[in-house]
Parts: sequence; structure tokens; C-alpha cells
Amino acid sequence: MAMDDIQVKDGVDAETVEAVKALSGTYKYGWNTEIEMDYAPKGLSEDIVRLISSKNDEPEWMLGWRLAAYRRWLELKEPDWAMVDYPTIDFQDQYYYARPKSMEKKPKSLDEVDPKLLETYKKLGIPLKEQALLAGVEAPEGERRVAVDAVFDSVSVGTTFQTELRKAGVIFCSISEAIREHPELVRKYLGSVVPVSDNYYATLNSAVFSDGSFVYIPPGVRCPMELSTYFRINAENTGQFERTLIIADKESYVSYLEGCTAPQRDVAQLHAAVVELVLLDDAEIKYSTVQNWFPGDENGKGGIYNFVTKRADCRGDRSKVMWTQVETGSAVTWKYPSCVLRGDDSQGEFYSIAIANNMQQADTGTKMVHLGKNTKSRIVSKGISAGKAQNTYRGLVSMHPKAKSSRNYTQCDSLLIGNKCGAHTVPYIEVKNNSSRVEHEATTSKVDDDQLFYCRSRGMDEEEAVALVVNGFCKEVLQALPMEFAMEAQALVAISLEGSVG
Amino acid sequence: MLNIKNLHVKLEEEDKQILKGVNLSLEPGKVHAIMGPNGSGKSTLSYVLSGKGGYEVTEGAAQLEGVDILDMEAEERAAAGLFLAFQYPVEIPGVGNMTFLRTAVNAQRKLRSEEEMSAGEFLKVVRAKAKDLKIDAEMLKRSVNVGFSGGEKKRNEILQMAMLEPKMCILDETDSGLDVDAMKLVSQGVNALRDENRTFLVITHYQRLLDHIKPDVVHIMANGRIIKTGGPELALEVEQNGYADLLEEIA
Ligand SMILES: Nc1ncnc2c1ncn2[C@@H]1O[C@H](COP(=O)(O)OP(=O)(O)OP(=O)(O)O)[C@@H](O)[C@H]1O
Ligand SMILES: [Mg+2]
Repeated sequence: MAMDDIQVKDGVDAETVEAVKALSGTYKYGWNTEIEMDYAPKGLSEDIVRLISSKNDEPEWMLGWRLAAYRRWLELKEPDWAMVDYPTIDFQDQYYYARPKSMEKKPKSLDEVDPKLLETYKKLGIPLKEQALLAGVEAPEGERRVAVDAVFDSVSVGTTFQTELRKAGVIFCSISEAIREHPELVRKYLGSVVPVSDNYYATLNSAVFSDGSFVYIPPGVRCPMELSTYFRINAENTGQFERTLIIADKESYVSYLEGCTAPQRDVAQLHAAVVELVLLDDAEIKYSTVQNWFPGDENGKGGIYNFVTKRADCRGDRSKVMWTQVETGSAVTWKYPSCVLRGDDSQGEFYSIAIANNMQQADTGTKMVHLGKNTKSRIVSKGISAGKAQNTYRGLVSMHPKAKSSRNYTQCDSLLIGNKCGAHTVPYIEVKNNSSRVEHEATTSKVDDDQLFYCRSRGMDEEEAVALVVNGFCKEVLQALPMEFAMEAQALVAISLEGSVG
Repeated sequence: MLNIKNLHVKLEEEDKQILKGVNLSLEPGKVHAIMGPNGSGKSTLSYVLSGKGGYEVTEGAAQLEGVDILDMEAEERAAAGLFLAFQYPVEIPGVGNMTFLRTAVNAQRKLRSEEEMSAGEFLKVVRAKAKDLKIDAEMLKRSVNVGFSGGEKKRNEILQMAMLEPKMCILDETDSGLDVDAMKLVSQGVNALRDENRTFLVITHYQRLLDHIKPDVVHIMANGRIIKTGGPELALEVEQNGYADLLEEIA
């Protein structure tokens, strides 16, 4: 209906604010699931790599791939160029594998999944049980169906709508299953976008990733529903290293949503994911992320250290990728979803909202690497800093000699709430041909007292007023999100800025 | 309705006294006008009454229907029925005008423990009221006050007032920047809201507005005080002679 449309697109929905207010804590996903876990011994070694591989029943080639990555990782140094500051991570003091005991025997269907796990996802608002949707209560009118792959600590606990997707020829399963069932695809594409030796965290991930999602869309297929992965870190002292590989074959289309949460713990937890997207001729992928890992408390204790490598390779001509991210969580974020525009006339877009409050540190941005002719990229970044947080936008736009007549437009806006926080913009621009054009615009503004008073004089309380103004600031990015995610993102903006004024 | 007693206000940041003992008594159903030279403290009075920060009340009190309001938060005063049409309405980029209005209406209802207005009802009401003020659908979709002309901003303030249905309406120079036709629309909007339970305080520099919105009482403010109070004829006198004579009287 028209009104709902306006609500989603223009600002805060009153119900959303209400729902947010009703939540007791400031981080609403901070609870923990009491569930028996199997851990691999703490620490990292070749044995652990072998153990992870054997737990997943992996073929020999996969183990070899992991071990090569592990040996490479031993030679690498942790990068220190990002504008983030955190205590040294003791990589030997982490668990690299944790799985609910009940998942030891792979469940054949969702009915066999531990009800406690399903309960967890229900609490997170994820429609994991396809039966409920298919057979059960009428879905509200217009509600789109979303197939979900849910990853709990190190293992995937269930993927919904498998049958229906299979009919369309779409493969959507956990990556461990893909390694067993579709080795030809995995061998061809895994590591082809983010090579094993790409960077410290990606190399680590290549050695120890335990699960994640795999998608293959065959030529000419428009994926019949949105695909989604929900990652949850539950176990303590456990790193989550998931791996996502999406292949969009010629003239195919898919929209993919990724959401993440973790319980509130006072010891920081590590998360190092790798996401690879492959696009062949005329393919299109929309990849949306709402990331709200636990950010640590007001004093910077605990939280998730989020080191993520996400890259799309627009290999095919006229292929198109769009990254949209709402980053409200994590204590430390280090993340640069990138687009390699290799095919002629390919396009990359990056829309981002990064919120940092209290002691959070975010160093995030994108890389647009133009290799093909007539390639286009667009970057819209909205950084919001509050409390004592530091928020850095770091972006690279690179036009190679062969990328004739290419274009980039970058718009980078920062909003400050209070005067103890910081916003930094670090653009790198390289243009190596003379027919391409790069435009960069940047602004920094403050949440204005006059705006807040104007809202309050109309009856909104301070938090509602801040949420409204900030959602207005983020509007262009919120509009790029699928509807359900836009609602969730608005609510998150409100939650993550709670207590940021006054 | 609104009683202001010996109100003294200074700036929070510096030692500058702006209101130096304002007394006003506004009865239900009446329209009072305040005129006065630039910088005499008219907007300051409206800001202090509606709860803007940056000012310190050093003496005096203000009561809305017998309840002290000076310790209340701005939003509580709004929910209690106080409304200020701003002299300079504020722009909020990215926030649709309609969203803003609906959020405001429901925020007030919630503070008063009333039920929210449904989306459907809200749409119906807002469309009707916007039409009366010749505010088109496109302006309702645009970001709050962003790129609005001076006159459009003022009409938008009146739309907000019509939607919120406050008991005590303060209009700060709502007539400035309006063309002749817009002045009529705005006055009609205000007159339509006049009733025995609603009070208006209209701050203006010109008789023009008062031709359309007939005041019951006219006050002259100068140098942080009300220096003279009279009937509608006082406004005409100011229009003809300016403030010089009045200021001399009290000097
Ligand atoms: N925040 C502030 N900082 C400094 N001076 C202020 C501030 N607010 C008000 N003043 C001063 O207080 C006096 C009264 O200002 P106010 O805006 O209330 O006048 P006014 O009667 O509304 O004038 P006008 O008719 O021009 O709108 C002026 O001298 C103004 O400069
Ligand atoms: Mg004024």
C-alpha cells in the first residue's frame, strides 16, 4: 500500500520505533543459546586444519587447498594500515571449530534439526522452517518468500526451500555440502576471486573456514526468491570463518541477503569471512548485508572483531553487481566489499551505511577496479559516528589503461553526533587512461540541535528525533535495500544510536 | 490557557538578559497579537515557552492550563497542547514531509496514552488539510522544508498545526514571506481552527495579517518587556506611527 511505501522509504516508521523501544537491552540479540557443543581443541595448527576438513567429510583436494593456505598464512603478517586499534589477537587462544552436538549426524531435513537451534533462529526472526510458511498460517499479503541458509557457529543447520529452488535449477546449500556434491563448480571457482594469498585474514579463512553458503544460478535463470544466510556466533571464544561463494552464470539474476548476530560477551570474538561473487556475461547480483554483531559495551569491552574480504568479479560483459551494506555492529570492522569490473560495460555499485557508536571502530569502504571498456561504478557511503567512535571511509577507484571511457561517481557523507567522535575519508584514485572520468564528493555534517528541537517541539522524544534525522541522512542507501531489510535497518539505526545524545 | 508571570530569561552561554519580566495572560478562545521592534525578544519568548535549549529562566513562571511547563521537556509541552509555528522552519534532508507529520502525530498520541492514528485515516486527514492550504501531493512527499520556498515553509507549519490540533498556538511571523494569496490561505487555516477552547498568540510586524486574523488583544514588546497592551486599534497605531512614540512614553 502506498502509505507503507512512504514509511519505508522516507524515514522511521512509528511501529519500528515502538518495537525498538520495547526491547529491554540496547543490543537485542545478546542472549545465548544453552546448547551442548563439540569443540575442536583450542589453537591453530595443521592438525586442526585436518580435523576441520575431516569433520566436513572433505575430499583430498580440499584438504590440500586448506593446508597450502595454512602454510602461506604462517608466512604472512597482520596488516596494520587500517585506522583501527585493538589488542593483539592471540590466534592460539581461539576455537576454530564449534558445532552443536546434535549436528554430529547431518540432519536429513529440518525436522531433524535440534528444536533449540530452530528456537534460536525463531528468536532472531528468521523464517527457517519452510513448513510453517508453506503449509501453515497464511503469509501476510505481499510477503516475499526468502530461502534461508542458517549458519550456527561453524556449521550450517539447514537450508530452506531446497526443492523449489532445485526445480529452477538453482543450487543453494552450505559450502560444505557443495564441496561434497558439486566439486566441479567449487574447484573451478573457489579462490578464483579472492586468491588464497590475498590478505592475512582471507588466507586464514581459506585454511580454517568451516561452513558458509554456496549459490549457483544457471544461465538465463532469474532466481525465484530472495536467498539469505543468517550467521550467528553463539559459542564463546570461537572464531567464525565462513565462506560464501555465489556464481551467477550468463544472463542470470539473484538477490542475496546476509544477516549476522552474536551474543553479548565481554571477551572479544573474531570473525573473518570471505565472500566471492562470480558474474558471467549479463549476470546480475544484488548482495545486501545487515551486520549487527555485538559491538562491545560502552567502555569497549567485548564485541566482535570483524575482518571481512568481500569481492565481486564481473567477469562477463555487461554484468552488474550491487553491494549494499548496513554496518551497525562489531567492535572493530575492517571491510571493503569490492568490484573487479573486468567485462566490458560491466557495472559495480556500493551503497553503505556504517554506524559507529561508543568505542566502536569502523574502517570500511570499497574498491572499484575498472579493467574493461565502458565500465561504470557508483559509490554512496554514509558514515555516522557517535560517542567516542571512529569511522573511516577508505575507497579505491582505479581505472586501468584498457578501461577506456569508464566512469566512477563517489559520494561520501559523514554525520557526527556529539563532539568526541571522528570521521575520516581516505579516497585513493588512480586513472591510467585519458577517456575515463572520476567524480568524488564528500561532506561532513553534524546532527543539528535545531533539527532535534524542531522534531521535539512536534512531540518526538530525543531518541526518536535522532533516529528520524539519521534515517533521513541514510535515505539513499536504505532505498537500495530490499523492503524487509530496509525496515530492519531502520530499527537497527535507532537501536545502535540509543544514548548517543544528551 | 497560558499564564506567564514575571518571566526573566538570559542566555545560558553568556550573561545576556533577554526577557526582563514578561507578564501575559491568555484566555481560552482568544487571539492575542504581539508586535515589537526587531530584537525585542518575541522569538525568544516563543522558544522558551516551547522548550528550546540554550536559555536559562532566572525568574518567573509559565503555566499551561494551570500546569507549570518550564520544567517539562519540549515533547511533553507539545503533547500538552503547545505548538510553535517557527519563524524559520528547519530543513530535515531525507525525511519525507508525510513521514514527519505521521511520526509527530503518533508521538504525541503516545505521550497522551491515546491510540495511534492508522495509516489509512492519517492519509485521508492529511490530504484534506493539505488541500485546504493548497499544498500538493508532491510537497507532502518531499523532504521536510528542503527546497521549499519561504511561503511554502510557512504553509507547511500551518499544516502541521492543523494536523496536531494544539490548544495553544504560537505563530512567530508566519506572515513574513507570504504573497497576498498565501496570506489568505494561511489566515483561513488559522481562522478555521479558532474556537472557544483554543488560544492563539500571533507574533507579527504587520497589520496586514491582523486584517485577516482579528486579534482580541494586542501587546507591544520592547527590550524584553510588554510595554503596552490594548485592543486591535493599537496595531493600527503602530502601523501608522512606528514604535518611537511608545518607546518614548516609557522612557
Ligand atoms: N542564542 C543567542 N545568542 C546571542 N544572542 C541571542 C540569542 N538568542 C537571542 N539573542 C538576542 O536576543 C535578542 C532578542 O532576539 P529575538 O530573536 O527574540 O528577537 P525578536 O523580537 O524575535 O526579533 P525579530 O523581530 O527580528 O524577529 C536579540 O538581540 C538577539 O540577538
Ligand atoms: Mg523573531
